[in-house]
Amino acid sequence: MSTLKTGVTNVMGANGGTPVEYQRVYVWELPVRVYHWINALALVLLCVTGFLIGHPVRIAYAQEAYQQYWFGWVRFIHFAAAYVYVFNFVYRLYWAFVGNKYATWNNFLPLTKKQWQEIADIIMVDVLQVKKHGEIATGHNALAAFSYFFTFVVFCFQTVTGFALYSSMSDSWFPRLFTWIVPLMGGELAVRFWHHLFIWFFVFFVIVHVYLSFYHDYIEGRGEVSVIVSGWKFGKFDKVESDGEPRKQ
Amino acid sequence: MGDSIWQSMQQKGYSRREFMQLCSAAAAAAGLSKSAVGQVASAFEKKAKPPVVWLHYQECTGCSESFIRASHPVVADALLDVISLNYSETLMAPSGFQAEKSLSDTIANNKGKYILVVEGAVPTKDGGVYCMVAGKSALQSLKTVAKDAAAIIAWGSCASFGGVQAAKPNPTEAVAISKIVDKPVINVPGCPPIADVMMSVVTHILVLGQLPALDSQGRPKEFYGRRVHDTCYRRPNYDAGLFVESFDDENARKGYCLYKLGCRGPVTYNACSVTRWNEGTSNPIQSGHPCIGCSEDGFWDNEPFYQHLASFPGFGIESTADTLGTAVGVATVAGVAAHAVLTTIRKRSVIAEVHAEDHKES
Repeated sequence: MSTLKTGVTNVMGANGGTPVEYQRVYVWELPVRVYHWINALALVLLCVTGFLIGHPVRIAYAQEAYQQYWFGWVRFIHFAAAYVYVFNFVYRLYWAFVGNKYATWNNFLPLTKKQWQEIADIIMVDVLQVKKHGEIATGHNALAAFSYFFTFVVFCFQTVTGFALYSSMSDSWFPRLFTWIVPLMGGELAVRFWHHLFIWFFVFFVIVHVYLSFYHDYIEGRGEVSVIVSGWKFGKFDKVESDGEPRKQ
Repeated sequence: MGDSIWQSMQQKGYSRREFMQLCSAAAAAAGLSKSAVGQVASAFEKKAKPPVVWLHYQECTGCSESFIRASHPVVADALLDVISLNYSETLMAPSGFQAEKSLSDTIANNKGKYILVVEGAVPTKDGGVYCMVAGKSALQSLKTVAKDAAAIIAWGSCASFGGVQAAKPNPTEAVAISKIVDKPVINVPGCPPIADVMMSVVTHILVLGQLPALDSQGRPKEFYGRRVHDTCYRRPNYDAGLFVESFDDENARKGYCLYKLGCRGPVTYNACSVTRWNEGTSNPIQSGHPCIGCSEDGFWDNEPFYQHLASFPGFGIESTADTLGTAVGVATVAGVAAHAVLTTIRKRSVIAEVHAEDHKES
């Protein structure tokens, strides 16, 4: 089931049109894909509503306060999305220990020499484009995974600062866990400042992440984009994945 | 000294009815229920007036000014009766040696009984020489007086958090008094604090003989437990998204929310919206000005006051996080665009190489 063979024609004809044998491999399991899209949706909602909270636009379809409530709704969506986003992330953390080898926690930290070499390689090939070809990763490449580690750190930072700000308007136990952040960071205005600043991180992340997904898909032709919908990717896995078949669904 | 409040009121010709009015007002001010009025009356009848030492350090005396304007006339009048203000650089009659003798006598005769109230921050640089009273540094005198105090109250943002002296670059290394004394300090921040709040804190200590419940920053919860924003009468406009865009626009006249003019109400803990100022006349927001968050730690450094976000350090006063964000955002898009152009130029040879490698491996 996991190694459907697919003949892919060499479209560029660089090797006399001989088809290369590609195999399908199940990379992103359903929980990972679900996490990804819930996270993407929540992040977009959080960023849009976050900027609106920071800079409310002028929307006045009424004269009196009781006739409209749009800013209240914007804030509600922000807080609701924040809860979804945080618990979705907690669930991903769990999956980092029980998921397949592409999803496990050790992908995200370059703890081996091999990962550091891969990072150097990717910087040469894909970032600076001074080298033409390197090894093509099936799951996250080492640099991408390491950059996700930093996004996780920012996730945590935004969670902690966000709930610290929210705690002043809630008696619920979960936000109350974060009240100590406020004096630590020097008052709520300071927390608000940092929480606002790091929205921008997600803006940059989305630009670079989406661009690079399409870039890899285009250059490598292995389904970098569709894999996050279907879970399947193409590759010559009998060679590259020497440690056996990918885990079955 | 030694008299109870009831005794001193009798001497001044107050009636029993007026005394009971004071007790009710004091109970209400301390946030007690009606049934506690008897307890208050009993305390005021029997307990000797607690001696108070009021020290001034790096400050502007605005807190004293605020205090003597406590709104309820009976309580305000009584307060200066209720407490026995043994030493206060601003309000006391004696000066020089006599004044200092009054201080040392109070400490010597009332060990563990007097209330210490401090107005102003304490400079610590160069051994504390930047604030000297009667030949002693603020640092020395605070430590001496605090040692035997029954309760210590920090009046205002300077004593509570350092205030304007402690604002960047803090040339005298001024600190809050809680950083110097190792006893619990009741912080009553504000620039100045609300008179009625100050009075109520004193009343609470007098009546119940214990410190009020304090939050993590040492502020009495009953007055600093809620944000100015949460009790603001303009709050419905905030939820409705009706904002004042500039000080002189139509929305300002309509009394919409001042959030976009940098109102610090959402990040400020104080009772302004509830008690208001000057006998309940008004408060800054009611008079059309955004809250500047004067009771928050480090508020002087959260400039500019009329911007929602504090300025980004090192990028000029008008630059917020968004200035930096936009700049980095533009750089990111430019980087991605350059990368895309380069990819487009190299794509044929790169993809051919990828395929060639594929063939080599297979």
